Amino acid sequence: MIALLLRDLRLAIRAGGGFGLGLAFFLILATLVPLAVGPQPDLLAPIAPGILWLGALLACLLSLDRIFALDLDDGSLDLLATAPLPLEGVAATKALAHWLTTGLPLAIAGPALSLLLFMPAPAVPWLGLSLLLGTPALSWIGTFGAALTVGLRRGSLLLSLLVLPLYIPTLVFGAEVVRRGAEGLSPATPLALLAGITLGCIGLLPFATAAALRINLK
Amino acid sequence: MTLTITDLSCRRGETTVLHGVTFAVGAGEALVLRGANGAGKTTLLRTLAGLTPPMTGSVVPDLCAYAAHADGLKGQLTVAENLTFWAHVFGTRDIAPAVVAFDLAPLLSRRVADLSAGQKRRAALARLPLTGRPVWLLDEPTVSLDADNVARFAAAAGAHLAGGGSAVIATHIDLGLPGAATLDVSRFAASHAPDAHDPFAEAVE
Repeated sequence: MIALLLRDLRLAIRAGGGFGLGLAFFLILATLVPLAVGPQPDLLAPIAPGILWLGALLACLLSLDRIFALDLDDGSLDLLATAPLPLEGVAATKALAHWLTTGLPLAIAGPALSLLLFMPAPAVPWLGLSLLLGTPALSWIGTFGAALTVGLRRGSLLLSLLVLPLYIPTLVFGAEVVRRGAEGLSPATPLALLAGITLGCIGLLPFATAAALRINLK
Repeated sequence: MTLTITDLSCRRGETTVLHGVTFAVGAGEALVLRGANGAGKTTLLRTLAGLTPPMTGSVVPDLCAYAAHADGLKGQLTVAENLTFWAHVFGTRDIAPAVVAFDLAPLLSRRVADLSAGQKRRAALARLPLTGRPVWLLDEPTVSLDADNVARFAAAAGAHLAGGGSAVIATHIDLGLPGAATLDVSRFAASHAPDAHDPFAEAVE
C-alpha cells in the first residue's frame, strides 16, 4: 500500500498529474471575490469563512474524477483488484493520496488567503485547523463517489451531483468553526463534530468504496 | 499445483455467456483457449482472475496473474518505476530477471508514454513473472508484438511452465509451447439467447 501511495503521489507531481490544480483554483477564487463584491473589509470579513470553505470544497471536487478513472482507462484498476492488496486498502490509500495532494495544500494555503478577505486575526488559526480536520472527509467521500461513477462516460458531472450533498455537514461545521473563532466564541462543539465526521468517513467509507468498485469492475 | 475448474458458469453483464466450463491445468501445462470473437474467452479469463464473480462453480484468484488487453502501465512513469511498483505490490523485490527475459534493459529509464505499442506490451508482460503467481491468465498476449518478441514471449512462457507454473492463454497464433492443450470455448456457449424483451436488463447493466 505504501508502494501505491508513492506511485499516486509521483503521478500527481509528474506532468499532467493535476497537482496544484485545486490549489490554483482556490487561489483564483479567493482573489476574485474581493473584485466581485468590492474591497470593503466590513463587507468581506463576515463572508470570508463561508467563501474560503466553499472554495476549498469546490477545489477538492475538481480532481475527484481522476482518482479511479485514469486507472480504469489504462487497465491498472483491474490489475490492482487482482493484486494481493485488499480493495478496501486500495480505496483508503487512494483517498489518502488525494488528500495529500489536494486537501493538505488547501489547509496550508487557506490561512494565507484569508488575509485577502480581511478575516479577523483570531479566526485565522481556526480556519487552518478546521480545513486540516475537515478536508480528509472531503477526500474520503469524494473517493467513494469516484468509485460509484467509475466507468461511466461523462461521469464527472454525476460525481459532482452525488458528492456535493454529502459535503454539506462538513461545510456547515467547518465554516461554523471559523465563524465562532472570528466572533471570539468557543469553536469546540463544531470542531468536535467536524472531527467526528472525518473519523467516521475514514473508518467506514473505504468499505463502501471497495464494494462500489467490485460492482463496477464486473 | 493443478488448477481444476468444474462446472463454471460465467456472465458478462446480465447475460450468461459460458455454461458448464470444466477443465484442469496441471503444473507445467498450458491451456490455449480458442473461439471466435465474442465466444467468451475474455469473460472466462476475467472470471478466473476473480474480477467477475462466477454464477456457478468456484475459482481461485489468488493463484492467478492476469494480463488483460490493456497494458496497465502508467504513461508518466518510466518502465523501471512501473515494474518496481508492481513488484512491490506483489511482494517480490527483484525486477532483474523479468527485465532480462523481455529484453527491457535499454528501455528501463524511458517514460512509458514514449514507447511504441509493442514495447509497452513487452513491459506489460514483464509484470507477470513479478507477481510470483503460478497460473498466468493471458488475454491475447502477442497483440502488437513482432515475430522476434513473440518468440521471446514464448520463451519466457516456456520457462514459466518449465519452472512448474501453468498458463491459460487466449490466442489466435501458435506459440509452440510444449504440453499445450487446446480448449474450444464455444463448446460451452450458454444455449439461451438473452431475453430481448426484459426492460430491466439494460438498466441493471
